[in-house]
Amino acid sequence: MRIELTLNGQRVCADMPADATLYELLRAQGMKSVKCGCETTNCGLCTVHLNGRPVLSCSQLAARCAGAEVVTLEGLQDEAQLLAQCLADEGAEQCGFCSPGLVMNVLAMAHELRSPTPEQVDRYLAGNLCRCTGYMSQRRAIAKYLKMREEGAR
Amino acid sequence: MTIREYARPETAEEAWQLCQKRQNVVMAGNMWLRMQRRAVGTAIDLSGLGLDFVRERDGGFELGAMATLRELETHPGLEAAYAGAFARALSPIVGVQFRNTATVGGSVFARFGFSDVATLLLALDARVRLYKGGEMPLEAFQRAPFARDILLSVFVPGGAQGVGYHAMRRSATDFPVLAVAAAQTPGGLRVAVGARPARAQLLCAQEREWSDARRAEQLQGMAFGSNMRATADYRRAIADVLVRRAVRDAMEGKQDAD
Ligand SMILES: Cc1cc2nc3c(=O)[nH]c(=O)nc-3n(C[C@H](O)[C@H](O)[C@H](O)COP(=O)(O)OP(=O)(O)OC[C@H]3O[C@@H](n4cnc5c(N)ncnc54)[C@H](O)[C@@H]3O)c2cc1C
Ligand code: FES
Ligand code: FES
Repeated sequence: MRIELTLNGQRVCADMPADATLYELLRAQGMKSVKCGCETTNCGLCTVHLNGRPVLSCSQLAARCAGAEVVTLEGLQDEAQLLAQCLADEGAEQCGFCSPGLVMNVLAMAHELRSPTPEQVDRYLAGNLCRCTGYMSQRRAIAKYLKMREEGAR
Repeated sequence: MTIREYARPETAEEAWQLCQKRQNVVMAGNMWLRMQRRAVGTAIDLSGLGLDFVRERDGGFELGAMATLRELETHPGLEAAYAGAFARALSPIVGVQFRNTATVGGSVFARFGFSDVATLLLALDARVRLYKGGEMPLEAFQRAPFARDILLSVFVPGGAQGVGYHAMRRSATDFPVLAVAAAQTPGGLRVAVGARPARAQLLCAQEREWSDARRAEQLQGMAFGSNMRATADYRRAIADVLVRRAVRDAMEGKQDAD
């Protein structure tokens, strides 16, 4: 079936099977940042922004996204750069596999919450699993990023 | 799961007609459905029925079946009316991205044993509204056999003076080992216990003489089971603690830390 949507600001028209997920549609459109890390709807790696909200693209039916606005990491390169720098400075990545999903959810959080407390940050990011790091370095990096972002906005 | 066709009906009648066929399936958030091993004829997407709402009605709140768990968790009206219990019960479910899509209708209709959503709504004496089946208490719906129908909304009465919610998880974002909700309603104290691991059940509905002895007696009469997360004995032991905490919070009208 034909599905029209806005992807990273561009209108695209994709021809996908009825049971295709948004994840599959995005991969077919060449969005290589979007990855699928689990079969059970709970790792967070496939996170994209759908009409401004973070969702799991692996479980979103592509057909339902007709007319929607979808943003992937490819569309947020400028905004993601500072966060990527903070993550690198804190040595927050080991294999790096979980990063695209984490970055997308941190950016969604930065759009949604103003000056979140460390506890709010933990809660917001609880659905992004990382099997290497133990999260401490990522938490430091994210705290630093949020602070820099806020200072930049002032 | 494979899907042959996709339909997005614009009336409940159309959705209901489609769901009478055995190979067709109603789709809400699709978070649970997608993991099923089945070949679906037509996936009936409910997102075109305008059921994505939370509104005040008759002193309580009507939750459209397609309202997401995240909408309930962050709704200021629900927060004020039920002492923050929605956020407390729902925010540990998987992650924000997940709750932006999972719906209250899917949670209630599926009648999962582990459901935090059903446990809280049962304590709040919620009523479900079905397209053909009409309105009925959630308690009756939880026990009714599965019927091919469309759940339209869930009504949550107001008037709860305090609501307490305590669940235990082996690790963050996992299913609960046990979940307890307590509400101080005009009719008395109402306590629901979920993830037993069977469907949530009421421990008491209109309790006025709450005491340690009453709690022990009521828990004695409740069935608990074993699964990979905990044994029946373990659940019974922690039920005593979680019920006590949930009731304390309901009585004091605030949410405490675990
Ligand atoms: C990995 C994972 C972890 C979870 N952890 C928890 C947890 O810790 N606590 C908790 O409470 N819940 C948990 N859940 C359940 C979750 O909160 C939702 O209840 C579940 O995903 C169903 O909601 P949905 O909107 O995705 O429905 P779907 O998956 O779309 O549908 C679920 C079922 O209900 C039917 N259905 C849906 N809506 C309607 C309707 N309006 N009328 C008629 N039939 C309908 C569908 O046909 C299907 O059979 C978890 C789910 C998953 C996948
Ligand atoms: S790939 Fe794991 S949640 Fe989507
Ligand atoms: S760095 Fe390897 S999974 Fe997160």
